Amino acid sequence: MRAVGIILAGGNSNRMGNLSSKRAIAAMPVAGSYRCIDFALSNMSNSHIQKVAVFTQYNSRSLNKHLNSSKWWDFGRKQGGLFVFTPTITPDNSFWYRGTADTMYQNLDFLKNSHEPYAVITSGDGVYKLDYNKVLEYHINKRADITVVSKLLKEGEDASRFGIINTDKDGRIIEFEEKPLMTSADTISIGIYVIRRRLLIELVEKSAEEDRYDFVKDILIRYKNLKRIYAYGMNTYWSSISTVDSYYKTNMDFLKKEVRDYFFKEYPDIYSKIDDLPPAKYNQGASVKNSIISSGCIVNGVIENSIVFKKVYIGNNSTIKNSIILNDVYIGDNTYIENCIVESGDTIRADTTYVGEPGNVEIVVEKNERYVL
Amino acid sequence: MIKKEMIAMLLAGGQGSRLGVLTSNVAKPAVAFGGKYRIIDFSLSNCINSGVDTVGVLTQYQPLRLNTHIGIGIPWDLDRNIGGVSILPPHEKTDRSEWYTGTANAVYQNMEYMEYYNPEYVLILGGDHIYKMDYETMLDYHKLHNADITLAAVPVPIEEASRFGIVITDEEKRITEFEEKPLRPRSNLASMGIYIFSWNILREALIILSGQKGCDFGKHVIPYCHKRGDRIFAYEYNGYWKDVGTLRAYWESNMELIDLIPVFNLYEEFWKIYTKSDTILPQYIGDTAVIDRTIIGEGAEIYGEVHNSVIGSGVYIGPGAVVRDSILMKDAVIGEGAVVGKAIVAEGVNIGAYAELGIGEEVPNEKDSNIYSFGLVTIAENSMIPPYVKIGKNTAVSGRTTVEDYWEGVLTSGGTLIKAGGKL
Repeated sequence: MRAVGIILAGGNSNRMGNLSSKRAIAAMPVAGSYRCIDFALSNMSNSHIQKVAVFTQYNSRSLNKHLNSSKWWDFGRKQGGLFVFTPTITPDNSFWYRGTADTMYQNLDFLKNSHEPYAVITSGDGVYKLDYNKVLEYHINKRADITVVSKLLKEGEDASRFGIINTDKDGRIIEFEEKPLMTSADTISIGIYVIRRRLLIELVEKSAEEDRYDFVKDILIRYKNLKRIYAYGMNTYWSSISTVDSYYKTNMDFLKKEVRDYFFKEYPDIYSKIDDLPPAKYNQGASVKNSIISSGCIVNGVIENSIVFKKVYIGNNSTIKNSIILNDVYIGDNTYIENCIVESGDTIRADTTYVGEPGNVEIVVEKNERYVL
Repeated sequence: MIKKEMIAMLLAGGQGSRLGVLTSNVAKPAVAFGGKYRIIDFSLSNCINSGVDTVGVLTQYQPLRLNTHIGIGIPWDLDRNIGGVSILPPHEKTDRSEWYTGTANAVYQNMEYMEYYNPEYVLILGGDHIYKMDYETMLDYHKLHNADITLAAVPVPIEEASRFGIVITDEEKRITEFEEKPLRPRSNLASMGIYIFSWNILREALIILSGQKGCDFGKHVIPYCHKRGDRIFAYEYNGYWKDVGTLRAYWESNMELIDLIPVFNLYEEFWKIYTKSDTILPQYIGDTAVIDRTIIGEGAEIYGEVHNSVIGSGVYIGPGAVVRDSILMKDAVIGEGAVVGKAIVAEGVNIGAYAELGIGEEVPNEKDSNIYSFGLVTIAENSMIPPYVKIGKNTAVSGRTTVEDYWEGVLTSGGTLIKAGGKL
């Protein structure tokens, strides 16, 4: 009740290759039964944030379909609820969202009409669990103006696609660089912010006046010496989906028991839309090792080290290895698929072979006709 | 004005004692079925798929699981502003208070509920059958024949007809005679216990028969209406219909789901079956797993061997364990190296490492050979089977048993082990 939630789910990345031609990153299927945005939405719900706005712009059809009812995340309430805002034309604005700050500026009425004292801003492409109330408490204790959730990268992880931050002893951010070519530190911002709602309105309005549209560049970095901006360190699992590689790795992480147990066996739960699919079915000839299989699948072949999403049919004598098969794919008999990501709704013809390289997986998009009875 | 053309009254109060220890703590309609469902899901899904959005669920025996399962009806889209699903337990009244003493008595006690919705037709259903049926088509048939009562009937093999209530009809399908479990059946049309009543007929009959002890639709209401000359028609239903009232029938109809192309197909897009899922997570199949001819529910983790089985949500099967021809319900845990053959293992059961179930020769059950038969091992919910024990065929176990409860570590075929106060 102390905060409104904002999920920035408008984005797309050309580094997602063909995968993002169909949907926004926030709607990317993750871990067999979920979509990326489920993590942010569940975190909001589990942090008792009851009023959440999702700002979306790029190819939001798939995302809107996923959000067609807010009940799965417990947002189907009289108080608050889930709001999806796409760009609209008004008498004084006919632009698309020109940046994250502009997104909020164009929806300023949502912020102005709320009465919660704080706002929690997050993106729709992170896979993580976080109690935003803890960040909020930290924010209040530090008497911060803005709190940025940060994470220490492990050695060898590439920091160049993130914002890099440096703090003083107290945790106050003294340096903030967006996607630098050379990195001097290994603490990154993971795109989760806590800010007083009135301050957010003020900063966003001021930026708009100056034709500045980006929350990180034009607010965080620009104001870092003027405002008290603090970093809240997060040390549990976090992964963001922005490249084919990170998408593949994040999914494969769920083959690890500790990752599955952390997300699915420990409190609190992650919620998602319910599809009412029957149990997965394994027929004679099925052989499955170290894989995640979702409901509605029918398996007649071999699956190893793979993530198979919902309602996938795998034909006789077919082999799937080290691959991700997205929702509702039909794979014919005698096919061989290794190191691939197969796009949802695909129909893979019998007797075909698709092989990608480890570390450079192939994205398979096959729009063949499917004959179903 | 509130007006519903047809409302459903779903009878879910019975114990289903022929399911033995499976229903000792839970009503039969709430027993798990087919990996992720509960038996009542089929009737509830049929209702909403047929456009019946007002369903009164009459509960009496052990209703807790049913109540939590149904909730406000979200999984079936039965959360409505007007109508939706209502749970109707027996309640105290000023003049006389009683339990539901029979199916018709239960409906009679909820007259006010029905009157509130001002229906033209009332559909009476049981909560214990596995089938997909369009009640709207049945209603069209009811109207077409200008019937007072329409009774759904399914053709059964004539040699089995003597186990059912049989109806005999004229050419127009109007019922001329009823025979309850006849020795020499003259028809093979068995009543499915599904009725559509025109509201005024039902109302009148229930009021007139309100003094009848244990008032039952099959035994009292239908014969009474038949006698006074109401137009009663048989609606022939030709799809899959299974009464899962016995352990054998329950086991068999579960096993039919794993056929290559099951007669009762849950994978069709049309006429989906809905259920409340506590978990939606995918299942994980480990490196050492061997699986074939099996269906597995959400969130299960399999490290052992599974053949020819129906595995519920959240089940864990340890490495080296072998499960064959069995039904494992939600959250059952099969320890490392355990062997489970032809067993029905209820929710939350823990089977210790290297225990063996379903061994030895078939011997009739000492306590109740009618219930525990067909070579099945039946383990009641939340029971505990200690490591290394052996359990024979036609057996039943309930409670948190320890190795001391087993004579030399064995429960021989035909044995029953019910540990009183099993809930520790």
